Amino acid sequence: MTELSPLPRFEVATAMSEPSEAGRFGEYGGRFVPESLIPACAAVEAAFRSAWADPEFRRNLDRLLAVHAGRPTALTPSWRLSAELGINLLLKREDLAHTGSHKINNVLGQALLARRMGKTKLLAETGAGQHGVATATAAALLGLEATIFMGSRDIERQSLNVFRMKMLGAEVVPVDSGSRTLKDACTEALRNWVAQVDDAYYCVGSVMGPHPYPWMVREFQRVIGDEARRQVATELTTGVPDYVVACVGGGSNAAGTFAGFVDTSAQLIGVEAEGGAAVAFGRVGVMHGFRSLVLQDDEGQIGEAHSIAAGLDYPGIGPEHAHLNDSGRARYVYVNDDEVVAAVVRLARTEGIFAALESSHALAWIIRAAGTGELPQGANVLMTLSGRGDKDISALMEVL
Amino acid sequence: MNLEKSLRAANRKLLIPYVTGGVTANWTDYLTAYAQAGADAIEIGLPFSDPMIDGSTVQRASDVALERGTTVAKILAEVSTLDIGVPLAAMTYYNLVQRTSPDAFCRALAEAGVGGLIVPDVPLEEAAELEAAAKDNGVDLVLLAAPSTPPARLAEIAARSRGFIYAVSVMGITGERAALADTAGRLAADLKAATDRPVVLGIGISTAEHAVEASRHADGVVIGSSLMRRVLDGATPDEVRDWLATVRTALDQEFAHSLLA
Repeated sequence: MTELSPLPRFEVATAMSEPSEAGRFGEYGGRFVPESLIPACAAVEAAFRSAWADPEFRRNLDRLLAVHAGRPTALTPSWRLSAELGINLLLKREDLAHTGSHKINNVLGQALLARRMGKTKLLAETGAGQHGVATATAAALLGLEATIFMGSRDIERQSLNVFRMKMLGAEVVPVDSGSRTLKDACTEALRNWVAQVDDAYYCVGSVMGPHPYPWMVREFQRVIGDEARRQVATELTTGVPDYVVACVGGGSNAAGTFAGFVDTSAQLIGVEAEGGAAVAFGRVGVMHGFRSLVLQDDEGQIGEAHSIAAGLDYPGIGPEHAHLNDSGRARYVYVNDDEVVAAVVRLARTEGIFAALESSHALAWIIRAAGTGELPQGANVLMTLSGRGDKDISALMEVL
Repeated sequence: MNLEKSLRAANRKLLIPYVTGGVTANWTDYLTAYAQAGADAIEIGLPFSDPMIDGSTVQRASDVALERGTTVAKILAEVSTLDIGVPLAAMTYYNLVQRTSPDAFCRALAEAGVGGLIVPDVPLEEAAELEAAAKDNGVDLVLLAAPSTPPARLAEIAARSRGFIYAVSVMGITGERAALADTAGRLAADLKAATDRPVVLGIGISTAEHAVEASRHADGVVIGSSLMRRVLDGATPDEVRDWLATVRTALDQEFAHSLLA
């Protein structure tokens, strides 16, 4: 009889598998939407389950990811920065994916799903504009219409991406309610979906929203983690990294990355923006169709997130991240705007890579933690570099 | 005052006007005005920062109320001093309900004399805890049904809803419309076939004509945005009362005709 090994402190077999039937990850998630949208959410869930189990759908998606999005993306050792920090830092280069970020992975999956469901139009919210650009791209590629909801404040901050979306044939709808940022764009997208649910598919941009979106978006993003797992295995003699680090707004690139390593010994670290750190400063709440940790006041009014990175200006966090935090399988930290700007510059000058402000949150934490007990000398670190920084040039020109 | 008992006892078509709590300093005067105009119940919106099912008018009313420093506790404190002889139902979103706990929230409603609760972002799947809390505190939890709701689900909503069933007349958000949606009649008829509990059409009921047409299918109507537009534009409680009274009269005339016919 073989001896049983001691139980790990988390259940590897169930971590980052399917949520419960009700769409729960632990106590988080669910489907808190108006009755009008319940049949639509159920239809998306049924279509996704069927598509994800269909080899032809998977082949079509894999082919689009290869020939259109340019996957697999590279794994780049950061030689000079690693030497400076005393660690071994590997970068998963989602900035090299078509449209400049990981967002394309999810959007190609959902756009194919929308077409499979017979929908003619994609609705999406966007913060920095990366998900909006990716949605507009997929819509153009597959012959669908696209309507993108974007806070009017973000439209001012991200004029380049607004122009890109329009170039791609999408309609960009300014949202003037509330804080005029990502959270208000999400609310407005949900409102509009109710009114055109027969023709329109809501293409959620992160691991949030009502069930099945948090699970489905993570599955479409797990290509990041699965690719990185194979690539890291050939780079490292240990096979797996000691640390896996990614930035977190809603948390889709982190969820996709973590999914590839959740069954290893790697420590998983999610890095939020200080002004949007739902794990550090949030409380359990319900917003945009799901229960999670949410920045809110004592009354339950939703707080406004603040970050130099518009893509992280979100007062909540995906429900699975809240659960990974509760279970201890992942740890969530935060950095401030100054650290992020310094990290952008440092990566550009040591490695010749211009990273997005969002992605640079992960790097800022690595720079701060390297050589401390949090990230010891000699550690093997995988970081997902989720997007490129071209969109941030005007924001950086203001502060540099 | 028990919401459902009171509505079942009304021998006329139900008129349920809405006001956003705290929208003006004198907002409770609108409650009195609604009662004088012949409301059978009144829906009080507890403003939330991110109202997912509300269109621009109620969004604006909510923002105005929140900017005035309105809180659930302040609204309930003001309501508890009123005695207008009409049952009250709160309408809000689940984040406010769960901030303390569903039980504490429902207890606070009951203590303030609010006998009904409508939470549009809590569908059947997520309702169990709130249903139990409402029942324990004697609050009627009103569930919503939509034109997209399949028949088996309609039956379950009808069975589990208390007070009345809120039939959402149109696939959309709150706000004024040019005409009553053609989805309204079928939904109300399907619900009427499934239950003897009052069926009330709401969302997009903007005029006396819409209300009359809706009342041919349902037991009554909720009127929200067209009232709140008037309030936001500065209409006094008396002016709003006079307009609402014309809706009351139109409903009563139609009801009298239907009895004669």
